Amino acid sequence: MTSKNISLPNAEDLLKTLAQKLQPLLQANTALVGIQSGGVWLMQKLLVLLEKDIAANAIEHGTLDVSFYRDDYEKRGLKAENRPSQIPFDVENKHIILIDDVFYTGRTTRAAMNELFDYGRPASITLVTMVNRGGRELPIAPQITAIDIFLDASQNLQLIQNQNGNLSLELQSKSGTANSGNHV
Amino acid sequence: MNNPQLDADGRLRHLLSIEGLPKRILNQILDTAESFVGVAEREVKKVPLLRGKTVCNLFFENSTRTRTTFEIAAKRLSADVISLNVNTSSQSKGETILDTVDNLIAMHADMFVVRHSQSGAAHFIAKHVPDHIHVINAGDGRHSHPTQGLLDMFTIRKYKPDLHNLRVAIVGDVLHSRVARSEIHALTTLGVPEVRVIAPKTLLPTQVEKLGVHVFHDMKAGLKDVDVVMMLRLQNERMNGAMLPSAQEYFKTYGLTQDKLNLAKPDAIVLHPGPMNRGVEIDSSVADGSQSVILPQVTYGIAVRMAVMAMLAGGQNSGSQAGSQA
Repeated sequence: MTSKNISLPNAEDLLKTLAQKLQPLLQANTALVGIQSGGVWLMQKLLVLLEKDIAANAIEHGTLDVSFYRDDYEKRGLKAENRPSQIPFDVENKHIILIDDVFYTGRTTRAAMNELFDYGRPASITLVTMVNRGGRELPIAPQITAIDIFLDASQNLQLIQNQNGNLSLELQSKSGTANSGNHV
Repeated sequence: MNNPQLDADGRLRHLLSIEGLPKRILNQILDTAESFVGVAEREVKKVPLLRGKTVCNLFFENSTRTRTTFEIAAKRLSADVISLNVNTSSQSKGETILDTVDNLIAMHADMFVVRHSQSGAAHFIAKHVPDHIHVINAGDGRHSHPTQGLLDMFTIRKYKPDLHNLRVAIVGDVLHSRVARSEIHALTTLGVPEVRVIAPKTLLPTQVEKLGVHVFHDMKAGLKDVDVVMMLRLQNERMNGAMLPSAQEYFKTYGLTQDKLNLAKPDAIVLHPGPMNRGVEIDSSVADGSQSVILPQVTYGIAVRMAVMAMLAGGQNSGSQAGSQA
């Protein structure tokens, strides 16, 4: 598949697929954790979809900014804008659903797992991503994805949130041309 | 002019003084520190940012608290820390500053935290070290104490988020205070519209107005309607000279009591860089009172020092990639 002609799926549709796949995993002891930024947008939308079906009980959730745990920190440094991680619940013995937008090398996931363990010892961690784009470099893979789209290293797939809060996928090649998947 | 604190890409390379740092960098340090505040509340109070790095606290002048907070900050970033009180070691045997530094570089130190009684000592070391080594000024003579200035800004921002709408008074021995200089530069750079200094003429530098502050000699007039009161430590050794009559006399005129504090806004906060002289520059009931944020300053000081170290250590050869996914 080449970057030029690929047609990207609608992110809002993928979101519904994810919510359906996630539903059976929820138990009393489950908490959602989104990875900044795309994973947090996804988590917020998933919470709305999932909580519809749960009587009264809100799902515990938090956010991670893994900048301080990345293996390439020395090279990359901090993003201009970096947000505090917020885990407002006790991680000990929780079943954590870790949420990210795009799964690629697995390094973000590794950093997120390391950070989570500094909050406590979870009972389990399940990785959920909207897209698996292939190219992992570590023995880590998402258990739940809405779609696989295999891309080569010259391409960059990103989840975008517009002003109305709607999600879409955007593909950029190294030449910098964008291919938005808003309306496929 | 070439700014030794920034690299060619405008990133922080050394922290030597607040003077000369753009607002962008100050805000980045304060924003980054927000992320570190929570680290202390976790099960594991550490992040692995400086794992495998060696931070060297080089204290040519004693300061237990500053050294301790830098040490804690470095350890919470997973660095290895060596603290040297140099006045009690090689220097007393005649070794020069640069010899001491060169020896520590030969031991593969990655970062120096420097405290010295001479103004400009940290600059001097920063000019000398190779590119990959970073220097933080932990106080040099009367010149500068940038991390204290930054942690004060962080504390003020926590309680009074809108800096563009504040009236701040700095009270006490401005003349000898590196803290006051750093605070004034930080406040004006961050856009605080009204900065006052309150002190007797003998404890003010000449032409202090040129720093953009309003001068008051009468504490009651100076405290009127301020949002923030930043007290300075009165250094006991200044008492001996002709500058001040006595500690009691000083307390009467420039010591912060609840009565005087009541002239400020009702929700005004009180800062002090420590160590306090209770009953000299500040009354115990104020220091321990509900408007005092002196202990939060200490807590936030760790987060701010972590942020500075993190920014110095990160992004050294980047600029190439900005992709956020992995």
